[in-house]
Amino acid sequence: MSVLISLQQISKTYDSGGSLVHAVRSVSLDFAAGEFIAIMGASGSGKSTLMNILGCLDRPTSGKYFLDGEDVSTLKRDQLADVRNRKIGFVFQGFNLLARTTALENVELPMLYFTGAPSRRQMRDKAMAMLEMVGLGERWDHTPNRLSGGQQQRVAIARALINDPVLLLADEPTGNLDSRTSIEIMETFQRLNEQGITIVMVTHESDIASYTKRNIDMLDGQVRRDEPVAGRQFASAQLVEGVSPP
Amino acid sequence: MRIGSTLFIALRALMRNKMRSILTSLGIIFGIAAVITTVSIGNGAKTQMEETIAAMGDNVLIVLAGNYSSGGRSSGSGGAGTLTLADAESIGKEIEGIQRLSPEARGDARATVGNQNWFTKVTGVLPGYFELRSWPFSEGEGFSDRDVSAAAKVAVIGATVARELFGEDSPVGQIVRIKGVPFLITGVLSRKGANLFGQDQDDAIFMPLTSATKRILGNTRLRSIQVQAANKTDIPAIQDQIIQLLNQRHRITSDKEADFMVRTQEDIAQMATANSKIMTLLLSIIASVSLLVGGIGIMNIMLVSVTERTREIGIRLAVGAHGRDILLQFVLEAITLSTLGGLLGILLGVSLSELFSSVVGWNVLISTQAILISFSVSAVIGIFFGFYPALKAARLDPIDALRHE
Repeated sequence: MSVLISLQQISKTYDSGGSLVHAVRSVSLDFAAGEFIAIMGASGSGKSTLMNILGCLDRPTSGKYFLDGEDVSTLKRDQLADVRNRKIGFVFQGFNLLARTTALENVELPMLYFTGAPSRRQMRDKAMAMLEMVGLGERWDHTPNRLSGGQQQRVAIARALINDPVLLLADEPTGNLDSRTSIEIMETFQRLNEQGITIVMVTHESDIASYTKRNIDMLDGQVRRDEPVAGRQFASAQLVEGVSPP
Repeated sequence: MRIGSTLFIALRALMRNKMRSILTSLGIIFGIAAVITTVSIGNGAKTQMEETIAAMGDNVLIVLAGNYSSGGRSSGSGGAGTLTLADAESIGKEIEGIQRLSPEARGDARATVGNQNWFTKVTGVLPGYFELRSWPFSEGEGFSDRDVSAAAKVAVIGATVARELFGEDSPVGQIVRIKGVPFLITGVLSRKGANLFGQDQDDAIFMPLTSATKRILGNTRLRSIQVQAANKTDIPAIQDQIIQLLNQRHRITSDKEADFMVRTQEDIAQMATANSKIMTLLLSIIASVSLLVGGIGIMNIMLVSVTERTREIGIRLAVGAHGRDILLQFVLEAITLSTLGGLLGILLGVSLSELFSSVVGWNVLISTQAILISFSVSAVIGIFFGFYPALKAARLDPIDALRHE
């Protein structure tokens, strides 16, 4: 498969009150299109910083980051915003939906910032189709406070996918969910991955990581382990059987 | 720029906080309402004043007995009895460029028709008085020079007197008893309204000067002499000459204060506008302060809103909003709040003005100019006071904003 993401000797150094913090140290990684990757590690391991760089929310101090063939490591603030808008979908631990805003309007949000946005009606239709895909078509007019955690996360997934990104980035997507709902979200991710969407997920739960295809362990800003998942779990099968995760 | 969708986003955000949006606009609403009401009442007063001054007649100078500036020692204008008919005749004879003049002698008297009583002012004048004051008759006519020399018992009545004594009937040709003396009514004057001091000028009876001084007032003191210049340009010269002439006649020297005043319409207008200018200035200051407070209110709420919505801003930045999209959104929110407040304020101000006009009876004039300016000012307030909070929002770092609790 073609290389979607190429990190070449990425480092990120913060100045924290006079002392330098090396959050990420010369990490080089290649992700192919269609991969499903879990980045794991304890807090302070640099996985969140790496995630922010992957998500174009932050720029590396040094090194090169090629996303979909484009060097995004030197882009300006607004250019990075455009890359996030068109190529990356975000799913967060805290869902991060706009409060007092309907599910449909939340899903529409990235389209509003899309340069050359489609008509209001097209947006609405597309957002509606996306909500139906995550199984929330009926609840399009619900505000987040009337949705369960799992439902909110699925609205967030619909929002992440609305601009047809090349990469879905999930930051602890099951962190605020119970185990059953977590499996449901993993089922959605696995299904999306089957359809060809590349997913990079940050998690500290090795159980959740075993639903992916490739696990990367971070320690002290470096990659300690990078290997395919042995004994991969399949969420859809578990949901059918009603088996609780081991 | 994505103005279309940003405006849509801004409106959506405001709709989500309807109560707060209205409360935020309240300052602007009252500020603009204050401005509109103030300006309307001020304009109304000014227009009325101009009408009143115009109602004095064209190119008129007034010689007043007594002197306002001599303060407590004076018995006030008109009461000093320092002007005489001889002064008036002398002015008419010796000064060039005078179209016509008329002395005024005035006193209070009871007028009776049948069993109807009315207490009013009786003014003795010369026949040219009504033309001098551009005061047409609604019925009948004035009196002649012969009536003056004969001290004839004829009278012209004002519209208020006509209404009080005769109701709907025609007063012309009827007899009115003034202090018991019967007078034949030769004419009724058209309505003129209040003068600068708010007195009803139509509540008056006019008669030949001699009839008034001999038969009603019992003295020959003149309250004033009204002088009409033939040309507007001559007015200052005539004013000077009258002062000179009367100084001479009254033996006023530099160490003695004059016992008369000469006022042109322009002088009176200037005095009146000076007063209303101070009033307008004060009211404008109050209105500006309330607008400023309204603007600060908007800035305050926008700052609170930016802090409170930091996470929302983070989400927007994460899904691809540019800094200027956020800036524009918050500025548009502020402008929407302030212009909405402006519109409501204009409505409130117009209603208040109408209320003043109908309840208190004040003259108000709602000017389109004031409305347009108020609206623009409210928009500018939105931009000015909304910009700083918006800039703060636009400069947020997406990672920090997303992490904000």
